[in-house]
Amino acid sequence: MSFAKSRFKHKSLPVNDLGLTYREYEGAISTLCAGCGHDSISAAIVHACHELSIAPHSIAKMSGIGCSSKAPNYFLSNAHGFNSVHGRMPSVTTGANLANKDLTYLAMSGDGDSASIGLGQFAHVVRRQLNMVYMVANNGVYGLTKGQLAATSDKGVRNKTGELSLFNDIDLCTMALQLGASFVARCFSGDKAQLVPIIKAAIAHQGFAYIDIISPCVTFNNHEGSTRSYDYVQEHVTTGAVTDFVPIKEEITSATPEGEFEDICLHDGSIMRIYKLDQDYDTSNRLKAMNDVEEHKQRGEILTGLLYLDPTARNYHELNETTDMPLNQVKQDLLCPGERVLGTINDSFR
Amino acid sequence: MITTSAEQSSTENHTDNHIINDFVVKFANTNGTGSASANNMFAKAIMRMGIPVSAKNIFPSNIQGAPTWYEVRINENNYLGRRGGKTEIIVAMNAQSFVADIEDVADGGYLIYDSSKQLPEHLIKKGINYLGIPISTICLKEFQNPRQRQLFKNVIYVGALAAFLNIEFDVLKTLIGDQFKGKVKLITPNIYALELGYQYANRHFSCPLKYKVERRDLIGNRIMVDGNTGCGLGAVYGGATVVGWYPITPSTSVIEKFASYCQRLRIDPATGKKNYAIVQAEDELAAIGMAIGGGWNGARAFTATSGPGLSLMTEFLGLSYFAEIPVVLVNVQRAGPSTGMPTRTQQSDVLACAYASHGDTKHVLLFPQSPCECFELTALAFDLSDRLQTAVIVMSDLDLGMNDHLSAPFIWNDKQKYDLGKVLSIRELDNIESYGRYRDIDGDGICYRTLPGTHPNKGAYFTRGTSRNQDAVYSEQSVDYVHNMQRLETKFLTAANIMPKPEICSGFNNTQVGLVYYGSTAQAMPETKQLLQEQGIPVDLMRIKAFPFGNEVKKFIEQHQYIYVVEQNRDAQMRTLLSTELSLDPLKLAPILCFDGLSVTATQICDDIIADIDSRTENLTYTQTDSQEVV
Repeated sequence: MSFAKSRFKHKSLPVNDLGLTYREYEGAISTLCAGCGHDSISAAIVHACHELSIAPHSIAKMSGIGCSSKAPNYFLSNAHGFNSVHGRMPSVTTGANLANKDLTYLAMSGDGDSASIGLGQFAHVVRRQLNMVYMVANNGVYGLTKGQLAATSDKGVRNKTGELSLFNDIDLCTMALQLGASFVARCFSGDKAQLVPIIKAAIAHQGFAYIDIISPCVTFNNHEGSTRSYDYVQEHVTTGAVTDFVPIKEEITSATPEGEFEDICLHDGSIMRIYKLDQDYDTSNRLKAMNDVEEHKQRGEILTGLLYLDPTARNYHELNETTDMPLNQVKQDLLCPGERVLGTINDSFR
Repeated sequence: MITTSAEQSSTENHTDNHIINDFVVKFANTNGTGSASANNMFAKAIMRMGIPVSAKNIFPSNIQGAPTWYEVRINENNYLGRRGGKTEIIVAMNAQSFVADIEDVADGGYLIYDSSKQLPEHLIKKGINYLGIPISTICLKEFQNPRQRQLFKNVIYVGALAAFLNIEFDVLKTLIGDQFKGKVKLITPNIYALELGYQYANRHFSCPLKYKVERRDLIGNRIMVDGNTGCGLGAVYGGATVVGWYPITPSTSVIEKFASYCQRLRIDPATGKKNYAIVQAEDELAAIGMAIGGGWNGARAFTATSGPGLSLMTEFLGLSYFAEIPVVLVNVQRAGPSTGMPTRTQQSDVLACAYASHGDTKHVLLFPQSPCECFELTALAFDLSDRLQTAVIVMSDLDLGMNDHLSAPFIWNDKQKYDLGKVLSIRELDNIESYGRYRDIDGDGICYRTLPGTHPNKGAYFTRGTSRNQDAVYSEQSVDYVHNMQRLETKFLTAANIMPKPEICSGFNNTQVGLVYYGSTAQAMPETKQLLQEQGIPVDLMRIKAFPFGNEVKKFIEQHQYIYVVEQNRDAQMRTLLSTELSLDPLKLAPILCFDGLSVTATQICDDIIADIDSRTENLTYTQTDSQEVV
């Protein structure tokens, strides 16, 4: 574990369109355990945001409580963050998003935070089609309280102390699909090549994006018999397609890998390019996606990659018909109807 | 059928002994029968005749079929609290409550009922007058549509009351016209129904009755409206744009009124888009979470709740306190918990709100007394909340929130500008050397905050509860925690200085008795003061408008030998708050408590005070004569 971050910035570090190196997208030094999957997620977020050339301060980092929810401190120091209440990040993010729809909301949650205490808030923020990226660092265990089983633990597995998981697991991807999320993906924190383009596409997507990230807990859930250990996940992970993200400004050239691909145009004009490994793979079929997740699970496999995408879905503000200016910038003259109108209102009560 | 005219002639006083503008009319209805708008029209007609009037709706936790009462007090002395005691005139339209309603009629009073079916002998009680009107029979004959037959029953008894009580018929006609503006087709049948009742009463009874109204000019510019409308509209004027809420009686109409005024007043004329966002949340946790998220991001955000909703919101209220995020909560208090009594009024959340949440927390509370103040204090709550960067709770209650009150009009001054508090702009951030979110630069405990998205590389911070130093960097150091908690205490002292001052009415230089009260209890106080004065007990009054308490509150209590704290809860919660926060001897503060779910009456307060004074061994130094001299 390191105690201080090097301030050294190599001159040859590549800069993005804003003239920023990836160092400007980093956060405080992580206090998570060495080898924690969450740190890989933080690194992927840093790279995704840097490569997308998003101004760090135009991002709001939202989280609840838990190891996962500490993580936003470890990326994007120049973005405001909110480590809110256990299981209640979705409501806080909803309010923040209502107040300013122009920011990018990157939310980090965990399986305790979203599948247990916050399951209700998770379900309802999906329904609301909030424009946000909702990431769950899914390790099947309670880290910060030291190793209790999570609701995402597979039935029949034992935690490190030997306690048996008696009940069915909650699969947040299936739930998100059922509740109408317009972007659903599952990734493995150890697969940066997969995670980074999916985070980029989730940010570009102007609607509710859910990414379930299997993120092994090296301390409490990396033992023999765990279905969330590094070894187990690496052996059982499978994907239907390799995804690449092509930003709006870039010309699509032949510099892409060989093979059959499909392009999905996102709301902002950027492209999600998909190289199919499985010929049946179809991101536009919500029911099939739910089925695929369950079928793979029955075979003992973890299906990863982009599972579902509806680039045309309307988000909360479009549905609400909120004014174009962010609400936190609308001035008093537009908000307060004034004395004269109040006189008329008073008259209506006489 | 009872020969009503015979009954009438046997008991009614036909002399000129009329009782004018001082009596209570109670309507006993079944909920879901559309009686509310007719009853409301009755109360409004009295107001339009220039006579002070108050109305209380006593309703069940039910949508259809259960008994509901609407109690209208007419009083030209402006005594507008609930009067209590037996009722002069009852309109008994509910068979379920009929027996109880008969018992409730005062001696020599009147029971108006639907005489379409004969009243059984056992329901005839001596000493009261039965005024039977065959309302159902009339409706059956006059109207074809079953819904109309039901609704017009209510209008018919209002028409009859116009004859009985001498209400100007034109006033009612105008009210019908106002009520159905835009639905012209409904005006004629409604007026017709009024006339049916009016004429029946005039033909069959000697009108007016002993109790009657007479036109006065005592209303001035007052309006008749409920407090929840005041809160909802106050939030529109206060600039609220973000709302998360969950329906719960009696707070629901705060948000519904906010939404309907926004629909009228907050649509961008050019685009037709909304300058607001309201989300009906999955529960109260989410409701206040949304409001706090909005406040964190610089919008004026609020929610409204009652009873159990408040319990659910306490964790977030703590976050607002520690993370220093502005948020406004309108708490419309009710008796609790569960279903049933919650449709009755109380002031029983004072302590739950003042100290809501775990850890050392204290919250800013505002106590409106009238719909006008519901408006004013809700709008002010947004300024205070932005200034103090913390939750501000507007403490209304069911009586204030859901009943119509005669109130001063809503007031707004266009020169008044929103106080958005200490929020740094991009330019201000550029001009400062370094920034720390929780540095107390001004020494008032209030720090400078920044909003997400303001500056590319200055001012961003990670918002947390307590584990941080003054630069918002994670810290578990005791010294950082203690420093932060002491600063938050300083901030609360600052708050005490900018809160609305108590309203003090001390007409008696030598009185030793002070009455302390707050919120909707105010309605009963003019009458209380007069009744005590008549008993030779002159009193000074202090109405608390806010917590934390300012110096004036302590001074008033110190200046009086006897202090009565009048409140509508069992545990004397304001008394506890006063003695704890001002380090006062609790023995000096005598509690006067009413917690039966009905709004407190002047008689209850006076009886309790007189009983307490009588029970004390030491004598008050003023005498009967003293009190007579001072007016």
